[in-house]
Amino acid sequence: MDKRELDQQFSELYRAHLRDVYSYAYYRVGNHHDAEDLTEQTFLQAYRHFERAMRESDGRPLRPWLIRIAHNLAANLYRDRSRRPQTAIEDTGALSALHTTEDLVEGRDELARILDGVKELPDDRREALIMRFALGMDNREIARAMGRTDGATKVLIHRAIKQLEEIVAANGGGG
Amino acid sequence: MSEPMAIEFENLLRQALTPVEPPEDLSQRLETTLTSLTELAADELEGWELRSMRDPRNWARPVAAAAIGTAAGAGLVVLRVRAQQKKRRELSANPFQYAEQTVRAVGTEVRKLVHRH
Repeated sequence: MDKRELDQQFSELYRAHLRDVYSYAYYRVGNHHDAEDLTEQTFLQAYRHFERAMRESDGRPLRPWLIRIAHNLAANLYRDRSRRPQTAIEDTGALSALHTTEDLVEGRDELARILDGVKELPDDRREALIMRFALGMDNREIARAMGRTDGATKVLIHRAIKQLEEIVAANGGGG
Repeated sequence: MSEPMAIEFENLLRQALTPVEPPEDLSQRLETTLTSLTELAADELEGWELRSMRDPRNWARPVAAAAIGTAAGAGLVVLRVRAQQKKRRELSANPFQYAEQTVRAVGTEVRKLVHRH
């Protein structure tokens, strides 16, 4: 594959998954500023290794590979700063923009409680839920992104949902 | 939790974790960056002709472009080397020494980049 074709394919990958990477980054780091940086770094690193990824993907989708890059960069970000996100999903703008009608106020509170619960989950469970529900990834994709088996991923997601239900119930959400 | 309640909870979770649209300026900035990187590498490599090598002042850019062809992050190499060029020019006794130092600087920056990743 020549460079022009490779660049064309990367361009398609970028357009197809910019929102996925940004969504993952946003829910992972909890604010738009870091999410933008993380998204930018993810695509730059992906570009550097794209040729090899194409070669080794054997026709499989590259979304898990992209998310894995974002995952590793986010881990480095926290390691470098030696801290966790100050407030996960601190900017409620995205949420409120999606639920603007008055009759959804009560529902919005419930969604906010669920988001608060998500940030209390251990990192791996939180990430699995982000991939499943924000990005719509299936178990196999999530397994590839997290470097786990399909079975282990299924168990991880099941436990993550169960723990989240308990957290929301304990915080007065009812479920 | 019963099956219907579990399904309801998952629906709420799906709503809570709604995909977030990237800001427009991020999309534009990223596209510009990626386009610049790919075009810079392609242009520089196409212009890498033997005649340009006769002038030592042209050595740095083709070497940097070759690096970018394999590593997008090597765009930094060009910036760093250019930033150091003025100082090298002032310190060099003649154009050949200046060219030699520039090529060596590119090599050093590329190695730094490779080791960093």
